Amino acid sequence: MMHSPGGLRLFTWVTLIMLAILPTQASAQPTISEFKLDNGLQVVVIPDHRAPVVTHMVWYKVGAADEPKGVSGIAHFLEHLMFKSTDTIPLGEFSKIVARLGGQDNAFTSHDVTSYFQRIAKERLPTVMEMEADRMVNLRLTEPEVLTERDVILEERRSRIENNPAAILDEQMSATLYYSHPYGIPVIGWEHEIAKLSREDALDFYKLFYAPNNAVLVVAGDVTADEVRRLAETTYGKIPANPHVANARNRPTEPPQRAARRVKYSDPRAGNASFHRDYIVPSYTTAKPGDAEALDLLMKIAADGATSRLYRKLVVEEKVASSAGGRYSGSGLDSGTISLYAVADAPEHLPKIEAALDKVLAEVRENGVTADELKRAQSNYIARYVYQNDDQTSLARRYGWGVALGRTIEQIQAWPEEISKITVDDIKRVANAYLDINHSVTGYLTPTADAGAPAEPPAGGNRS
Amino acid sequence: MDRFFRSRARPFRLGAFFALALLTPLLLAPFRPAHAMEIKVITSPGGIKAWLVEAHENPLLAMRFSFEGGNAQDPEGKEGVANFLTAMLDEGAGDLPASVFQEEMDTIAMRLRFEDSRDAFYGNFQTLTEYRDQAVKLLKLALTKPRFDEDAVERIRAQIRANLVYSDRDPERVASKEWFATAFSGHSYGRPAHGTDATIAAVTRDDLEAYRKRVFARSNLRIVAVGDITEEALGKLLDEVFGELPEKADLFPVPMAEPVTGGTERWIEMDVPQSVAVFGFGAMPRKDPDFLAAFVLNQLIGGGGFASRLMEEVREKRGLAYSVYSYIQPFRHTSVFSGGVATRAEAINQSIDLIRSELKHVAENGPTEQEWKNAKDYLIGSYALRFDSNAKIATQLLGLLEDDFGPDYIENRNKMIEALTIDDAKRVAKRLLKADDLIITVVGQPQSAVDDKKGG
Repeated sequence: MMHSPGGLRLFTWVTLIMLAILPTQASAQPTISEFKLDNGLQVVVIPDHRAPVVTHMVWYKVGAADEPKGVSGIAHFLEHLMFKSTDTIPLGEFSKIVARLGGQDNAFTSHDVTSYFQRIAKERLPTVMEMEADRMVNLRLTEPEVLTERDVILEERRSRIENNPAAILDEQMSATLYYSHPYGIPVIGWEHEIAKLSREDALDFYKLFYAPNNAVLVVAGDVTADEVRRLAETTYGKIPANPHVANARNRPTEPPQRAARRVKYSDPRAGNASFHRDYIVPSYTTAKPGDAEALDLLMKIAADGATSRLYRKLVVEEKVASSAGGRYSGSGLDSGTISLYAVADAPEHLPKIEAALDKVLAEVRENGVTADELKRAQSNYIARYVYQNDDQTSLARRYGWGVALGRTIEQIQAWPEEISKITVDDIKRVANAYLDINHSVTGYLTPTADAGAPAEPPAGGNRS
Repeated sequence: MDRFFRSRARPFRLGAFFALALLTPLLLAPFRPAHAMEIKVITSPGGIKAWLVEAHENPLLAMRFSFEGGNAQDPEGKEGVANFLTAMLDEGAGDLPASVFQEEMDTIAMRLRFEDSRDAFYGNFQTLTEYRDQAVKLLKLALTKPRFDEDAVERIRAQIRANLVYSDRDPERVASKEWFATAFSGHSYGRPAHGTDATIAAVTRDDLEAYRKRVFARSNLRIVAVGDITEEALGKLLDEVFGELPEKADLFPVPMAEPVTGGTERWIEMDVPQSVAVFGFGAMPRKDPDFLAAFVLNQLIGGGGFASRLMEEVREKRGLAYSVYSYIQPFRHTSVFSGGVATRAEAINQSIDLIRSELKHVAENGPTEQEWKNAKDYLIGSYALRFDSNAKIATQLLGLLEDDFGPDYIENRNKMIEALTIDDAKRVAKRLLKADDLIITVVGQPQSAVDDKKGG
C-alpha cells in the first residue's frame, strides 16, 4: 500500500493502471462467443453465471486521437453529451432510468476508444440494450444544455489537471513526447479549445463516428450467446450501417525522433520533487511478435513494485528516492509507452536519481535479466489473469478494448502462452531496441521554495 | 487510459478509510444475490469463527478480516502508527528479510494488503488455490512475526512523510482532514488519521510492535472467506494463521462522540484554481431504527449520482461542478452525514448556498413521492451488483459482521427498504438534515478574494 506513496498524485500512474488490463489474461479461459450483425456491429459475449447480473458495454472505435485539429476534447465532451436526450428519452433521464432499474452506468473516453456501460440485473438487459441502441443514432442536443455541460467539463479539467501539479507535468511531457501524433494532446482537451467547443462540433463528431459498423458490443454475465444475439438483432440490428462512417484511424504518424527532450515544471503546490521519464515504444497492436510481451515483462522486472530493480537500487540501496516505479503500457493503437518515476527527498537529488535510474536501465541493456527474475515475473503475470476472472467488468473491458483495437479473441487469449514463451534473450533484445533516450522525454517536477505549505487555518470564522 | 470517467461521485482521491466506510452501509436485499451463495458460519477446531461462502468456479480464495481498533487506537502523540503498521507487515517477517519476503509474495502472485480505518485494522488476502499453502505461511508470518528491521522502518517512514507532504497540498484531503478536526475536536476521530510529520517522526519500532500486540487478537477479530476452499480446509487455515494470536485485545476505551452543533464554516487558504468544500453534520447510528430511511434519503440527496438532487442543482442545471456528492457513514462511536463539492473559486459560495438550501428544503418538505420511490428502487435493484465477485462478497459480508448483523440480513434488507414509507422519509428528513448544524470546511482562495470577484 505504501510502496508508491506518490501514486495518488502521479497522474501517469492512474492512467496506466487501467491500461494494464488489456494484456492480462486468464489461463482457465472463459468461453467467449463472437459474431457480427448484418449492419456490421461486432458482438462479444462472455458468460459468467455466478450472479444474476450483467455488464453491458458499447465500444466505439473512436477516441480523442481522432479529433479534428483545434477541437481537442470533443470526443470526451460528446461522451458527456450522450447522457442528455434522444427522441424518446427526456433530458437527463438516461442515467435516472438506469438507476430506477437498479443499475449503474458510466462511460469513459481514451485516445483510441470511447465506451459506455451499464451493470444491471439480467432481466433488465433488454431495456438497456434498447436505450444504448437508441442513443447510438438519435441523440438530441440543445444549445443551453451544451453550454452548461461545457462548464462541467471545464470543472472536470480543473479537478483533474489544474488542481494537480503532477497532472500538469504529465500533460506537458506528453505534448513533448509526440511531435506529430495526437497522443500528445490531452484526452480532456486543452482548456482554450474546450472553451470554444460547440453543439455543432459535437454533432459533427457524432455523425462521423457513431454507427453500428464502427462499434463493438460486449455483454458479460448471466447470459448465453443466443440470448444476446436475439436481443442485439431486435435493438442494435435495426440501425442501418452508415456507409459514410469515417476511418477513425487515419492519423498523423510520428517522424523519426532524434533528440532526447527535457521538461521542468515548478509549482509551489508540488510538495515533493519528483523525477519522470516516458519513452515511446511499440504497443501490442504495433509490435513485432513477442516484443510487446517482452517489454511488459521487462518493466515488471525493472520497475514494478518493491521487488523491482529500480526500487531496490533507488529506494533500498542508494536511498536517493522515497519511492520509485515504472510500467509498460501497451494498449495504445498506434504506439505504447514506458514510464518511470521516482520521488526525491530534496529537489537537488533529482540529477542523482536520474543517474541511478539510467544505470539500472544500462545494466539491463548490457547484461539482461536473470532467469529467476524472468520466471518470477512470468508466473506473477499468468496468475494475475486468473484474478481477473473473478471480476466481470475486468473481463468485459479486456475483450472490449482488445476487439475495439482490432485484435482477435484468439490473440487476446493467447497472452498467457505468449508471456510464458519469452526468454531472457528477448528481454535483453527489447531493452536495447526500445529504451532509446532519443525517443524519450525526461521531466522534473519541483516545488518552488516552500511557498507551497498551506497557510495555517484561521481559528474558526463564521460566514455571515 | 480511461482517465475521463464521467464518474459522478467522489473521484479518486479517497483514502482507504472512506472507501471502506462507504461500502459498509450499502447492505443487502431480500433474495439470493448470487445464484448459489450460501453463507456458512463456521468455527475452526481451535475456536476461531468465520463466515464462509464456497465458490469453486475459479481457483481463487479471497479472505478479508478486521481487528476492531483502527487508528482511533493510535496513542496520543503517535498518530499514524496504525497506518504505519499497514505498510510494515510485508517488510520482512520471521527469518525472511523484506527482499526475500516480497519476492516470495511476488512469485506466487499473492495479494496482501492492509488498511486502517478509524475503527478497524483490515487485512485483505487473496491467493490462487495452487499457491494457497505458501501464501498462508507468509500471511501468518506477517501477522505474528513482522521484523520491523531498522532500514525498513526508515524506508517506510520516508514514504509516509513524502505522502503527507502531498496530502497537505491536496485540497480534497485537507478539506476532509479539517472537517474531522472541526467536527470532533478533542476526540480521537478529530485527529489526523495518518498522523503528521511530527508524529510520524516520533514513531519507533516499539510503538509499531506495541500496537500490533494490543490490537491483533482473537477477541476483536472478524473473518470472511469466499472462494475455492472447503469448510474443513478453512478451519485448518484459520487455526494456522490466527491461532497463536492472544485471546484478548487490549484496546483504549473510545468514548461516543457527536459532531459539534450550531454551524461553522472554516476557510483554509490554498492557491488553487478550484476550491473544494466538505460539509456535514451528525447522523443516526447504524442500529438506530431510522438509519435505513436516512440511508435512502442520502441516496436521493447526493448519493445517487445523476439521480440525486445535489447533482441536478449544482451540476446539471448550472454547470458549477464536475463532482458533488453526499454519503452517510456510521462509525463505531459516532455517525455522520457528509459530502463535498469542487467548484471554481468565484462560484464556491454559490455551490455551498445551493447545497444548504437543498438540505433545508428536504428537511422541511421531505422528498417527493417519486424521488423516494426511485431511490428505494435503485437500492433494492442494485443490491445484487455488490455480490458478483468473490472479492466483493467478502467486503460486503465483513461489513455485516462488523455491524453485528447475521447472515439473514441479506435476506431481509430489501424487504426493510421496501417497507419504508414517504411518512418515514419526511419524519427522518427532519431529524437528519439539520442545516443549521452544517460544519463546512473550504480549501481554496481566501474568502475575501472570492467575495471580491463575486461582488465585482
